[in-house]
Amino acid sequence: MGSRTPLYERHLAAGAKLVDFGGWDMPLHYGSQIEEHHQVRRDAGMFDVSHMTVVDVTGADARAWLQYLLANDVARLEAPGRALYSAMLNPAGGVLDDLIVYRLDDGYRLVVNAATRTKDLAWMRQQAADFTVTITERDDLAMLAIQGPRARDLCASVVSDSRAVLIDQLEPFHGLPDGQWFLARTGYTGEDGLEIMLPAAQAPALWQALLDAGCKPCGLGARDTLRLEAGLNLYGADIDEQTSPLAANMAWTIAWEPAQRDFIGRQALEAQRQAADQPKQVGLLLSERAVLRSGQAVIVDGIGEGQITSGSFSPTLGCSIALARVPRATAGSARVEIRGKSLPVRVIRPGFVRNGKQVFE
Amino acid sequence: MSDTPSELRYASSHEWTRQEADGTVTVGITNHAQDALGDVVFIELPEVGRQVNAGDECAVVESVKAASDIYAPVSGEIIATNDALGDAPELVNSDPYGAAWLFKIQPSDSGELDKLLDAEGYLATL
Repeated sequence: MGSRTPLYERHLAAGAKLVDFGGWDMPLHYGSQIEEHHQVRRDAGMFDVSHMTVVDVTGADARAWLQYLLANDVARLEAPGRALYSAMLNPAGGVLDDLIVYRLDDGYRLVVNAATRTKDLAWMRQQAADFTVTITERDDLAMLAIQGPRARDLCASVVSDSRAVLIDQLEPFHGLPDGQWFLARTGYTGEDGLEIMLPAAQAPALWQALLDAGCKPCGLGARDTLRLEAGLNLYGADIDEQTSPLAANMAWTIAWEPAQRDFIGRQALEAQRQAADQPKQVGLLLSERAVLRSGQAVIVDGIGEGQITSGSFSPTLGCSIALARVPRATAGSARVEIRGKSLPVRVIRPGFVRNGKQVFE
Repeated sequence: MSDTPSELRYASSHEWTRQEADGTVTVGITNHAQDALGDVVFIELPEVGRQVNAGDECAVVESVKAASDIYAPVSGEIIATNDALGDAPELVNSDPYGAAWLFKIQPSDSGELDKLLDAEGYLATL
């Protein structure tokens, strides 16, 4: 039996098909993954993401330590409320995890992946030896992601007045506390929405209130196709310890300046940047009636080969899409071999759908 | 809808078959199979007229989760395919034993049907 979130009973009551995800019993879907996907793009859906690991960092060296630990620079978080996406690298420049950092009044809050929890916490504690920091795992919190064009309105309608005001005023990619809750305008779907962290015991009541207000529960299946359409990396599929952020469309998350900031993996990344030999991440579009899948080879005529790192069917576009790592010189087309047939694919920048709409020409 | 109708015969690779009054055999995938696959998005059907042997790969069901090969439960000729699935692959999820039949075979050896499992036998393989 896997770990269970505070909403486990709610999932059963809603008819969830449960799967193991990083040691957690999580809902894959509640009937139809595709309907849940559309629900988020068109209206509002809610995801139990309590399996994700929340870590608070406080202490005199909290900022200096995170500046050393992360490839992005927390000095960019000029005021409490701001958030930042970053890679946590190993010395070879491989991605140990990708995470979001929120600046709090008295420190920082990190949200890291569930499957990497043990490894991440051990790494963080090891790297903290020479710093005055306190690392606190917040396993007392549950987390709900409410996503979609109507998500913020729905949430505002079921919470206290002060929280409703905060939800209304919160800017994109910001997060602020209200009492024991932390409300952030972040997500993993390419839609507007919120991620709410709250004491575990209060999560079932919020879930029920949202359900009563018309918000539909959505599972990890829809979460995966939504993030794939949005061109967002999945740890363990598109990025891992052997992958450079430069090969995963994450160059924008590396804060090269100030040049004297020494972060873990910096030397390796600078050498890679000099050599300009890393593959690049692209998006693939298949018009044939087949589905691109992780692990399939991508053949770029006259240039070389790459590989699909995640692929699925795009419910919004009605065709198959994928993220792939291919040679840098890859241009607008390639081929993918599926069941013995060589099928042409269009190569675009990674990212297919945002805010309900197709984002490529 | 029964999860495993008793009037059908099954292959352990999750196809169901129904022997029609005219001797032909209708083939689809079981409720267990569609449930395991999740939302079906594309179906590749065999060409009408193709001769198949029992156990041959002859169709592919692609879901959000995986591509699954469908095998001919009996030998014979493919005499019809369900073209409605081209526009409505989700029928496989909503009506696996009815509207979502995949193809029909004119069997060359009706004795092969006896080798298939009854409902109880199929359930025992799950």
